[in-house]
Amino acid sequence: MAGKTAKVIAVDREGQEHEIEGTIGWSVMEVVREAGLPIEAACGGCCACATCHVYVDEAFLAKLDEPDPDENMMLDEAFEVQDNSRLSCQIKLSEELDGIRVTLAPEF
Amino acid sequence: MSEPVKTSHPIETDMVVIGAGPCGLFTVFEAGLLGLECHLIDNLDKIGGQCAELYPEKPIYDIPGLPFCTGQELTDRLMEQAKPFKPAFHLNQQAEALSRLDDGRWRLSTSAGTVFQAPVVVIAAGAGSFVPRRIPLAGAEDYEGTSLFYAVRRMEDFRHRNVVVAGGGDSALDWVLNLQPLAASMTLVHRRDEFRAAPDSVGRMRALVSEEAMKLVIGQIAGLHGEGDALSGLTLKTTDGEIEQPCDRLLAFYGLKMELGPIAEWGLNLERNLISVETEAFETNQPGLFAIGDICTYPGKLKLILSGFHEAALMCQKAFTICRPETKLVFRYTTSSTELHKKLGVA
Repeated sequence: MAGKTAKVIAVDREGQEHEIEGTIGWSVMEVVREAGLPIEAACGGCCACATCHVYVDEAFLAKLDEPDPDENMMLDEAFEVQDNSRLSCQIKLSEELDGIRVTLAPEF
Repeated sequence: MSEPVKTSHPIETDMVVIGAGPCGLFTVFEAGLLGLECHLIDNLDKIGGQCAELYPEKPIYDIPGLPFCTGQELTDRLMEQAKPFKPAFHLNQQAEALSRLDDGRWRLSTSAGTVFQAPVVVIAAGAGSFVPRRIPLAGAEDYEGTSLFYAVRRMEDFRHRNVVVAGGGDSALDWVLNLQPLAASMTLVHRRDEFRAAPDSVGRMRALVSEEAMKLVIGQIAGLHGEGDALSGLTLKTTDGEIEQPCDRLLAFYGLKMELGPIAEWGLNLERNLISVETEAFETNQPGLFAIGDICTYPGKLKLILSGFHEAALMCQKAFTICRPETKLVFRYTTSSTELHKKLGVA
């Protein structure tokens, strides 16, 4: 049985928008990966790499908790980090985040 | 990376295991019980694979019989378990070329020039070998090895140079401190004014900055400039806008990533960068060449450490028949077999 869902809008590296119904409680990384978009997530979501790096749309940035020290430390190893950079494995989908728009950061 | 060491004689052994992660380590144990000797290769400078490199301090709850341990603890315990069988480790080197000898055995050579000859090769390489994350900017590869480096091989390469080090971890800070006395100028670039490196190193770096013996720029590299393979400057994006930074030696530390590397060229059946195996012995399409753990795939595969342990045990049974074709294998339990107790050093 599917759980409650919320919308995630993921913009891939070609600029193509994908509207995904994500299960509430899943991380945004898991939702994006499940939809088949190219997000590496090498460590599988335990905040031990930076390969699920995304840019979060300003409108939703304020609804997220500040990145914790672990997440910030991993972001140090990412490239083209911006003020709205986050690791998508650390964003848990909730009703409040319905419609959250994220852009996949460049791969490297 | 270590300096290449040329061995004049190939190492003759039963099994060469590529990858010293949990599955490679447990292979030593399972092979050891059957009287088979293992040599392990890993591109990291330490044992433990992802457990040691990615999550040494993070918890693992799903190892049977071990309700909780960290990545490093699991590595330590597997090492203790494998100890009676004296595994030989060849670290800081990547498995490179694999070919079949006339006698049917494998010849495997590494990036450090180590050569092995063995009837069985086991690929237990996880998600591939750890290699430095490279700067994803146009032209970066033109400078690599001449003015852009991801590791220091010779400190002399940096003498009297305008050196820029990028990163905030121990590697970055250690090289800032080591190269600063040699360099014409030293600049550290990091995206924020917080460092994961050892506090002592950070303190020494800050002291050099306040003595104006070096520069700290909070920002990110946005462009590389130069001619041919000679870097001359960087564009740095800081909170105050873009600045131009003279630089003819760039040393970048953006952590490690995993890639399949030379294994991809070995003629294996690959499915999305994973190696297809059969599920009786986890043998690949080439007899005597096995793949276990996260790197192998088959219907129903789960990427769990415990699955890798199971795969290691079954694989070793088949490996025995290849290594000791004349010997009949008798199945015994560690609980009751005095022969196994002798091998384990507990008899």
